[in-house]
Amino acid sequence: MENLEQLKAEALNEISSAADIKQLEETRVAVLGKKGKLTELMKGLGALPTEEKIALGKQLNIVKSEVEKALEAQKNILEAKALDEKLKTETVDVTLPVRPEQQGRIHPVSKIYEEVVAIFGQMGFDVAKGPDIEDQFHNFNALNMPANHPARQMQDTFYINNNPNQPFDMDSAYVVRTHTSGMQIRTMENQRPPIRIIAPGRTYRSDYDATHTPMFHQVEGLVIDKNITMAHLKGCLYDFMKAFFELDELPVRYRPSYFPFTEPSAEMDIGCLKTKTELKIGAGTDWLEVLGCGMVHPNVLRAGGINPDEYQGFAFGMGIDRLAMLKYGIPDLRTFFESDVRWLKHYGFTPLDFSSMTGGLSDNGGLAR
Amino acid sequence: MKFTLSWLKEHLETNADLKTISETLTRIGLEVEEVFDPSEGLKEFVSARIESVENHPDADKLHVLCVNDGSNKYQVVCGAPNVHTGLVGIFAREGTLIPLFNERLKRATIRGVESCGMMCAVDEIGIGTAHDAIIELPADTPIGAPAAEVLDIDPVIEVSITPNRAECLGVRGIARDLAAAGLGKLKPLNIAKPQAKFANPVSVKVENPVECPVYTARYIKGVNNHAKTPDWMKKRLEAIGLRSISPLVDITNYICYDMARPLHVFDADKLKGGIVVKMAKDGEKFMALNEKEYVLNDKSLGICDDEGVQCLGGVMGGLGKGCSEDTVNVVLEAALFKPECIAYTGRHLQIDSDSRYRYERWVDPKSNILGSDYATSLILKICGGEASELTVVGSEDEYKPQVACLRPERLESFIGMPVTKEKSMEILQNLGFEVSFENGKIKAVTPSWRGDIEGEHDLVEEVVRMIGLDNIPAQSLPHDKLPKEILLPEQHNALVVKHELASRGMYETVTWSFADSEIAKFFRKGKEAILLQNPIVKELDEMRPSILPNLLTAVKNNIAKGYANVALFEVGPEFYGRNPNEQITAASGVRAGNTAKKDWSHSTREYDVFDVKADALAAIAAAKGPYENPQITLDAPSYYHPGRSGTIRLGKNVLAYFGEIHPSILKALDIKERVVAFEVNLNNIPLPRKSVKARKKLELSAFQPVDKDLAFVVDKNISAASLIAAAKNADRNHITDVRIFDVYEGENLPSGKKSLAISLTFQPIEQTFTDKDIENLMNKVIVEVGKKTGGELR
Repeated sequence: MENLEQLKAEALNEISSAADIKQLEETRVAVLGKKGKLTELMKGLGALPTEEKIALGKQLNIVKSEVEKALEAQKNILEAKALDEKLKTETVDVTLPVRPEQQGRIHPVSKIYEEVVAIFGQMGFDVAKGPDIEDQFHNFNALNMPANHPARQMQDTFYINNNPNQPFDMDSAYVVRTHTSGMQIRTMENQRPPIRIIAPGRTYRSDYDATHTPMFHQVEGLVIDKNITMAHLKGCLYDFMKAFFELDELPVRYRPSYFPFTEPSAEMDIGCLKTKTELKIGAGTDWLEVLGCGMVHPNVLRAGGINPDEYQGFAFGMGIDRLAMLKYGIPDLRTFFESDVRWLKHYGFTPLDFSSMTGGLSDNGGLAR
Repeated sequence: MKFTLSWLKEHLETNADLKTISETLTRIGLEVEEVFDPSEGLKEFVSARIESVENHPDADKLHVLCVNDGSNKYQVVCGAPNVHTGLVGIFAREGTLIPLFNERLKRATIRGVESCGMMCAVDEIGIGTAHDAIIELPADTPIGAPAAEVLDIDPVIEVSITPNRAECLGVRGIARDLAAAGLGKLKPLNIAKPQAKFANPVSVKVENPVECPVYTARYIKGVNNHAKTPDWMKKRLEAIGLRSISPLVDITNYICYDMARPLHVFDADKLKGGIVVKMAKDGEKFMALNEKEYVLNDKSLGICDDEGVQCLGGVMGGLGKGCSEDTVNVVLEAALFKPECIAYTGRHLQIDSDSRYRYERWVDPKSNILGSDYATSLILKICGGEASELTVVGSEDEYKPQVACLRPERLESFIGMPVTKEKSMEILQNLGFEVSFENGKIKAVTPSWRGDIEGEHDLVEEVVRMIGLDNIPAQSLPHDKLPKEILLPEQHNALVVKHELASRGMYETVTWSFADSEIAKFFRKGKEAILLQNPIVKELDEMRPSILPNLLTAVKNNIAKGYANVALFEVGPEFYGRNPNEQITAASGVRAGNTAKKDWSHSTREYDVFDVKADALAAIAAAKGPYENPQITLDAPSYYHPGRSGTIRLGKNVLAYFGEIHPSILKALDIKERVVAFEVNLNNIPLPRKSVKARKKLELSAFQPVDKDLAFVVDKNISAASLIAAAKNADRNHITDVRIFDVYEGENLPSGKKSLAISLTFQPIEQTFTDKDIENLMNKVIVEVGKKTGGELR
């Protein structure tokens, strides 16, 4: 039996020292193959008397099992080693950049539009619409600006001949809307009070310099009911400004002003700090004009078919582009409309940046790539 | 509107400082645009006396002074010609910030002599432009005093006057408003009636009393227009940017700004016959003071003599009969014109003048005689001469003031804060209204200088202005419902389309609603051009018929800056007619160049028509339009490549165009790269009737689908879409998907033929397919495709 022990020891030794699968297989054949040492011993069992056969057979089986186990274990080790070797040859340079992907952008004007809609939506406003080419009734007359009104001259209006078969006539011509206020009239024509709407849109004036472009964006607001007061006007706009600039407190002031379609009229300023390098909203000693507003003029209510003795309310208008410049620190209005891809990439917003009052007004789209 | 502080104080007795005045102006609605106060920069300068003057040893034109500022004596080298012993001037010590140079004064050695300070000229201290001499103050001026105190410094205030406040286009109106706001007392006007020495030799006739309710004329003889305009007047006029011309012109300008009262002076010796105020003749020519000739019509009021229109009443005087330096006898006009008439003439002839500006807003109808008296007394004082009796046609008393009533309780219901009856009455009274309380209402008779008061709302505004908008409480709008979606469905869809296109890697841009007609003409799709009557530049002269011309221009501009790979889109209006609402909302985009710059993975490629087809379909889907199984026709507008473009339709409506831009258009735009584009008409995408939130129940088959491939040889003109449709049609129940996976033309195929290889997905419904089932399905497809397209199995 020393023979068997020796055989086992030799086999295990060879197994554990096998350097590769091939060597291991050779060992297996030499021990367990058809003519293997252990197989030969097994074959010899038949010639033995029963009792010995049983005893030796048991021992042989134990050894066989141990050898098989060792073979399996060594095989796993060698396979793992071989895989390691193989993988070592399969490296890629993962520091290579990813395949190019283009992340798009949303224009700041669209972003502000969404923010404004989110805030006024929270206050129960609806969104109205109206045409870019307007008749003078809706753009001027109904807004308490008859033909010779001096305020008309202030607006640098673009005109379009209303009848191409006739010579141009300034009094009957169409205009490209000079403000979104015409949508106040269109709303009143189609809806009875209570009215609570905003009307965003493109507006046009013949003016082109460092701070004016022939097209810009406004959002109009109109609130009409039986007991809407100037205190509501102030409250509504204050609530809006705080929400828009995402500040808990914001100094504001109102200056009496003049618009033909409101009376009293006012301009609203917000507090800010102007330095050479930055503009900080909400703090400091300077004031920035942000919008015009006022109580709707009785003549305008009448033009919209509403009885001014029964209903009253307020209106306001503000520049969407200007709000974008103030909130997001965009220095030059003219660049909004230049379609420079570098500008759009830098000042634009990521595709997932939707605005919501409860889910976040801004910064919702992750970092721009 | 500009004025100086001393000018304001001519009318307002006040102790308020400049800062308080300017804050109050803004608070009451006269918004201060700028305050120019030179004394700000004068804080470090003092008055000082030159004790001695010696010649500089090494320079002919320089002197060495000993300057005494009251506490010390300094050696100063000075080149001014007017230095003399005893001169009291303005002295800058070493270290003083000199406004002209914006630098601090340093001790210097000039030609070997040390200089420890500077005697200053007007420009150096920032209060004027004169540089030829140092300032010389009266000899008894105390020395060592702050410069701002000893100099006659008059800060200039510029306010923006809204169109309803015409009376504040005169300093007196501004003073009155400040007094009402509690900032002092309005001084009474002190205008003496000039003594009439003779009857007016010039007759006046007014033919259009509606347009000219009052016309006054006074003859003044023997004036000397060579006289010097007094310094105080000249300084004030120059401070507000008006050049001093001659005393007669200066006086009328001064009164225009002092009392918002325009006047006109004729050279009486040039007038032929009497003055007639009447409408001009159609086609009559008029040479105005600005040396431009205007062709008038019968809606413009002329001040005429026998030789025609000599002055466009209230708008601009004529060149022919105005005053010159040698004028001796004058006719002074002070009249009232109807605002609408002035506005029409000014607008029609495009003449801007101080006079038009005031008349078309409101000129105090009771200021004609007063203004004439004021001007006459100034003329007599400055230019000498004798005045005639005043001729007045029409009557100032014809003017009936507007009466408005204010219910005291109206304030609370309108501004959300109570104001007592007494307070309201006091405010109105201070503003010049005659107030009384009748039948529970405040009755307010409007002062003649206010043209903007119509009714109760105007009185509310006056009260609000004076109590201060900032004193009204702020109250949030009542809102007791949960917020809801507020965008109209089409607005909502447009927003989703923007985000979809951005998520496809495109940059959203915003371009003008205008276009250049030279480019837009290719994009009108047979519609008329909608041209602006008065474009701001000729490149923006048409309401755009398509967004594409603007996007193509953007592509070109970006390429010019070195950015050739461009993917841009815009969602906005396109105009197909000139009437309001003849516009659609389009979502349009362009892609030019490659998907990216070249990179190691070789995944970049040139944009092609299938990129924009995908964009168009994605946009349609984002707007909840029918993007599946799109109906695509091969026609597209002429600005697309005829063989590489298509139209996506829904019935007779066009949902979108897509394709390569026609090379001839690109050539016209000077773009050398290929550009592909799409245009989705969002208005033609039907809005869902009702939004159903619940999804259709998901049915999952227990049986595996089977994919099989077939290739057909078809005529070249057979579209892929028709082959797909035929294959699907072979068995709508079991064929769930058909995909084209290869398109081949060329060798091994007869000419005029192409091969289309399709991959079909067969979905078993009740049990797994047998080989026979699959064979049957394939045969059905082969038969159907053969029938519909003539295709043969390859």
